[in-house]
Amino acid sequence: MMNETGSGVRIFVSQDSSALSVGADEVADAIHRQAQQRQINITLIRNGSRGLFWLEPLIEIETQKGRIAYGPVSVKDVASLFDAGFLQGGAHPLHLGVTEEIPWLKRQQRLTFARTGVIDPLSLEDYCAHQGLKGLERAYQLGPKAIVDSILDSGLRGRGGAGFPAGLKWRTVQEAQADHKYIVCNADEGDSGTFADRLLMEGDPFVLIEGMIIAAYAVGASRGFIYIRSEYPQAIEVMRKAIEIARANNLLGSGNRHFDFDLEIRVGAGAYICGEETALLESLEGRRGQVRAKPPLPALKGLFGQPTLVNNVLTFAAVPWILAHGGKAYADYGMGKSRGTMPFQLAGNLRCTGLFETAFGMSLREIVIDVGGGTASGRAVRAVQVGGPLGAYLPETMLDVPLDYEAMLAIKAMLGHGGIVVFDDTVDLAQQARFAFEFCALESCGKCTPCRIGSRRGVETIDKIVKDIDRVANIELITDLCTTMTDGSLCALGGLTHLPVMSALTHFPQDFGIANPSHSRDQEH
Amino acid sequence: MTFARDRDFGTPARSSTKMISLTIDGKKVDVAEGASVMAAAYQAGLTIPKLCATDMLEAFGSCRLCLVEIDGRRGTPASCTTLVEQDMVVHTQNERLMRLRKGVMELYISDHPLDCLTCSANGDCELQDMAGVVGLRDVRYGQEGAKHRQEPKDESNPYFTFDSSKCIVCSRCVRACEDVQGSFALTIEGRGLSSKVSAGGLDFLSSECVSCGACVQACPTATLNEKSVIEFGTPTHVIETTCAYCGVGCNFRAETQGERIIRMVPAKNGKANEGHSCVKGRFAWGYAQHPDRIISPMIRDKITDPWREVNWSEAFSFAATRFKDIQSRYGRESIGAITSSRCTNEEVFVLQKLVRAGFGNNNVDTCARVCHSPTGYGLKQTFGTSAGTQDFKSVEKADVIFVIGANPTDGHPVFASRLKKRLRQGAQLIVADPRRIDLVKSPHVQAAHHLPLKPGTNVALINALAHVIVSEGLIDQDYIHERCDLQAFDAWARFVLEPQNSPEALASQIGVAAEEIKAAARLYASANNAAIYYGLGVTEHSQGSTMVMGMANLAMATGNVGREGVGINPLRGQNNVQGSCDMGSFPHEFSGYRHVSDDAARQMFESLWGKTLSKEPGLRIPNMLDEALDGAFKGLYVQGEDIAQSDPNTKHVTAGLSAMECVIVHDLFLNETAKYAHVFFPGSSFLEKDGTFTNAERRINRVRKVMAPRAGLADWEVVIGFAKALGIDLHYDHPSQIMDEIAHLTPTFAGVSYQKLDETGSVQWPCNDHAPEGTPIMHEKQFVRGKGRFMITEFIPTDEKVGPRFPLLLTTGRILSQYNVGAQTRRTANNIWHDEDVLEIHPHDAEFRGIVEGDHVALMSRAGEISLRAVISERMQPGVVYTTFHHPVTGANVITTDFSDWATNCPEYKVTAVQVRRTNHLSDWQIEDRESARTHRQIKKAGMNAAE
Repeated sequence: MMNETGSGVRIFVSQDSSALSVGADEVADAIHRQAQQRQINITLIRNGSRGLFWLEPLIEIETQKGRIAYGPVSVKDVASLFDAGFLQGGAHPLHLGVTEEIPWLKRQQRLTFARTGVIDPLSLEDYCAHQGLKGLERAYQLGPKAIVDSILDSGLRGRGGAGFPAGLKWRTVQEAQADHKYIVCNADEGDSGTFADRLLMEGDPFVLIEGMIIAAYAVGASRGFIYIRSEYPQAIEVMRKAIEIARANNLLGSGNRHFDFDLEIRVGAGAYICGEETALLESLEGRRGQVRAKPPLPALKGLFGQPTLVNNVLTFAAVPWILAHGGKAYADYGMGKSRGTMPFQLAGNLRCTGLFETAFGMSLREIVIDVGGGTASGRAVRAVQVGGPLGAYLPETMLDVPLDYEAMLAIKAMLGHGGIVVFDDTVDLAQQARFAFEFCALESCGKCTPCRIGSRRGVETIDKIVKDIDRVANIELITDLCTTMTDGSLCALGGLTHLPVMSALTHFPQDFGIANPSHSRDQEH
Repeated sequence: MTFARDRDFGTPARSSTKMISLTIDGKKVDVAEGASVMAAAYQAGLTIPKLCATDMLEAFGSCRLCLVEIDGRRGTPASCTTLVEQDMVVHTQNERLMRLRKGVMELYISDHPLDCLTCSANGDCELQDMAGVVGLRDVRYGQEGAKHRQEPKDESNPYFTFDSSKCIVCSRCVRACEDVQGSFALTIEGRGLSSKVSAGGLDFLSSECVSCGACVQACPTATLNEKSVIEFGTPTHVIETTCAYCGVGCNFRAETQGERIIRMVPAKNGKANEGHSCVKGRFAWGYAQHPDRIISPMIRDKITDPWREVNWSEAFSFAATRFKDIQSRYGRESIGAITSSRCTNEEVFVLQKLVRAGFGNNNVDTCARVCHSPTGYGLKQTFGTSAGTQDFKSVEKADVIFVIGANPTDGHPVFASRLKKRLRQGAQLIVADPRRIDLVKSPHVQAAHHLPLKPGTNVALINALAHVIVSEGLIDQDYIHERCDLQAFDAWARFVLEPQNSPEALASQIGVAAEEIKAAARLYASANNAAIYYGLGVTEHSQGSTMVMGMANLAMATGNVGREGVGINPLRGQNNVQGSCDMGSFPHEFSGYRHVSDDAARQMFESLWGKTLSKEPGLRIPNMLDEALDGAFKGLYVQGEDIAQSDPNTKHVTAGLSAMECVIVHDLFLNETAKYAHVFFPGSSFLEKDGTFTNAERRINRVRKVMAPRAGLADWEVVIGFAKALGIDLHYDHPSQIMDEIAHLTPTFAGVSYQKLDETGSVQWPCNDHAPEGTPIMHEKQFVRGKGRFMITEFIPTDEKVGPRFPLLLTTGRILSQYNVGAQTRRTANNIWHDEDVLEIHPHDAEFRGIVEGDHVALMSRAGEISLRAVISERMQPGVVYTTFHHPVTGANVITTDFSDWATNCPEYKVTAVQVRRTNHLSDWQIEDRESARTHRQIKKAGMNAAE
């Protein structure tokens, strides 16, 4: 879609995949047509999404009072919006008021997503007008060593799921001696119920590029790769264009007077496992996406055997803010060892779904009930799965847990990539446990035995339990299998499958036809 | 020795000199830095269960049986992928680990057929062993789940089967194919439980698989299993020996049941092959049992008579009578012998001894005449030794590898795997070859420069390269000053700087752009370590010796001789071509390359042998044939060589043989030369005798007797028997005594004995008081001849030129599955890959002649004409055609001419001007040859006739 230039009223319609999936393009077309018919001069800007998915397609009008939002808008609403004088912020049933004042947005602490949904994603000018490149400027002043110090000060942890301290990883790569170093951005966002990476890449690609330039400069990398899953065609296109623009503006490539660094997009081929960093590196090298044993750590021996910094999209995207404002300022957000903000992704059976960035520490109940507005079905919340398909299923009674890496770990759950999927009381947790094994079976790279064979045997054994075949013995077998997979698997796919399975069994035993699971053995060692 | 699997430490040995101490299960262990915890445990005599780990391959970490606990570390790391650290404390056996391993094994067995007792790997299966070790008693998952038991078997390969139903997806085969062999033919297809090993394409046979056997060896179960094991069962005994195919000299474990060979398995402790093999050595040994084997001595009065089977003593007496008669009628010089590069050093030595001490002349030559004689000459002139400078391992340190006139992936496949491994690690490759050989571009290997020179322009190329190196100041001044003869260097430098040696002046003759030559020269000269590897594409030219010296010049000028990673490395053709030369097979040299006119050397032999020896060099093979046609040379003993097939200008060879009065052929099969023979001594294969072979890296390897000689006598015993009939006493009870005599008479072998070889496995000559453990790298401190000598290498184009009648150049070579004249490999299932010789021709040359793929074409030269099928190939350059000489019916050497190397008479096989046209019939020679085969090959057994 075109971004028209002109002096007319500026109208924002999201071009984000989530908005497109509910008809944003058609709405934009309709606005365009109506304006022509009515001979009204407008400037239509296709921005990213604000992440208020239940309101998409959301359109915004720039007015004296700020941007006024209307949504969710369908094609049939457009004429009436014009009739209602929406270009001046006129009243209409879909009128949402000043966007920034929508409570869902207002109560967020948007550091990483500050610009997403606000700016024209592919306007470097717009980016700079919204604090863009401030972090990079500061980084060049500080120099590599002090950059890593800032990251260490910020307490930033890897946002991909494992939560490893980013600064430590950066320091390891920085100190590694090698002719070539690489940085790799993991944008193979495969967890069900997660979309933050995509939202960011489609809505604010330059923040990721800026973060990666800072990282490359800090660790001494000359080449960078962004590995994006093929299911994200829009993100791929936006990122490609953004890289071209960055190169044309001497941020990347030989035109950069500070150091020689360039970025390249690589597209995955549909394997969840390629989101695992070592499998991702194998895939980048042109091989079958199969997990590598660690050590050696990718930070020391990664892509093509060279020291490689692999971070998630959200990790890199947090970096420009940290550099611009200082590590300390970032660390002021959050709790315990979880510092800064986390873009939570609300999905599943919820009234309000979308992206909610806030400091660590908010309780799960607050985010599900207050922010998410409870279930969309109106029924009682029965289970919440946090951290993607390998996250634990938590019962309603446990929702008071604060969203913090350590607090989640303490209740045998995990925060992961910040995906939160809500289920009402119609959910069958035995089927969800089966799904966990099945997901693992489908996505297993097939390298290690516990995951390759164990996941399939898990599906089969749950089926037996559900059919009441040797139920007690088979529940013990599932417990043993989870221990084998947890301790024996090569990577987190097989290694974390016990979380959804055992949490379902522990918290919802009745779904498996028993009063209490026969926990004859402790699976944590 | 009885059967035992080769010991396996789980992960490859590390060479670090820094030692790390750690504690494993309370035991203190010291191990080289970089070793895995697993290897450390095995080294300490501890055992950690494992399935995906083997010390032939880097750790993979997939089976999850080798998990251990380490103090201060989370979880249960895999001991194969975890490296040792100082003061680490490791626990390999406890309740948690036991349960974990049992849990993993339970999963394995839930997807494995439970047919151990009838399985071909019963008793030789690591999965079975591990199930026992972890104490698995029950598989609780039941039998109804998803399984692979119905997977079909792939039996397409003639030597092994792939039974996917037994696969545990450890990837050892895939990794062996990649890391050890470098073919990348196998992969894992699918994911999760659907992951399975796949050769790509339809099956193994139609895949990129080269049947090297690395996957079969790596397989821990019956999934990849030798068909011979499936048929006969697991072996019970092991005898270590050496392969009798190419000059790589791979060590093998001959695994047997009694005298029946069950399989040949490459030995991990074999220094030339380090546990790797190719399709020939690994699988193509069945010829030893082939019905074509002649196992009875035979004689006949005329070559048109049928053969008559006789006993050994009658054969010896018949032959001896004739030889003595010839010498009495035509003089002492009228008889001679040809030794074989396929026989052992001991056999070669006794045969040349028979000639010098018994025949009383020096008319002994060897098949090295037709392959690497220029190597001996050229390297002797420049460095002082007639042999390559390095061991094979040296390639692991090379940064630039220059392959000239060699096709290692076909000719020397096990070395090629090592070379490719080095290339995958980042070494750069330059290939000079008229054809685009596989090395130029294959999976994960790409030559930085391919110089597709025109056949016959080697010396022009080497001079152009030298011109660039000298004119651009890329020479190693310090090295030259310290190590080389400066006068000779100055003369050479002046010579190569002459304008006619510049790339610009020579580019059009060579057929390679000047810039490309310059770039290659710069790459070679600027490397830290640059190594030249070459083959018969260097030697088999009219300037073969010149080219060898040209390469030696280049290496000296850039300081690339005398340490690891560099050198001049001939890839020698036959298993013992180095040895046969070392043993005094040339008419002018005693063992150890001492000239027969060298009084001191000769006196040494004379005093031990008690005979007066001639100080006049004897006849070379071509001279023998010429003299036969002149009527002066009448008796020839040919051991293990088929000159009527392998030597150039077949018609000249057969005419010479026909002119002789007594030809003795000593061979496994009734070969082409035997058509012209009067006496046939049945030979013994390498499995039937003790001895030694010396490979291309001067390594003396033991050959051990696995079965009794099928004809009753080993080849060395035949020579002794024949000598006795001649009245000459060559008495030895065992080949070790022959080696003792060799050591006594040959300074470079002074330290060699069977005892030494049994202790060390093998040793590289020189092995003597100066180098008691042998010499992996030659010329380390100084050249053997003192100062390295630069030689002037003027380019003189061959007289074999293209013209209107013969506008194309033919070059010959060989392919992976067949070996030399094919006598052995044609009598194995290897024919499945190459059952006829074909003519490779460039699409342009083919189209111009109206030739399409598969057409029968006539190939004509000044020497003769044959017909064969055409294969259109872009590997060829326009104007050059190529064929092999593995099949005698083709008669490739009917075409080749008798031009030869100026210094050594090595034939110019690599350049023949030819014409090609479509045809629909065999050539006259081929028709006559078939006729003569009928008449010359009849064997009269008791009351019956049989022909081959």
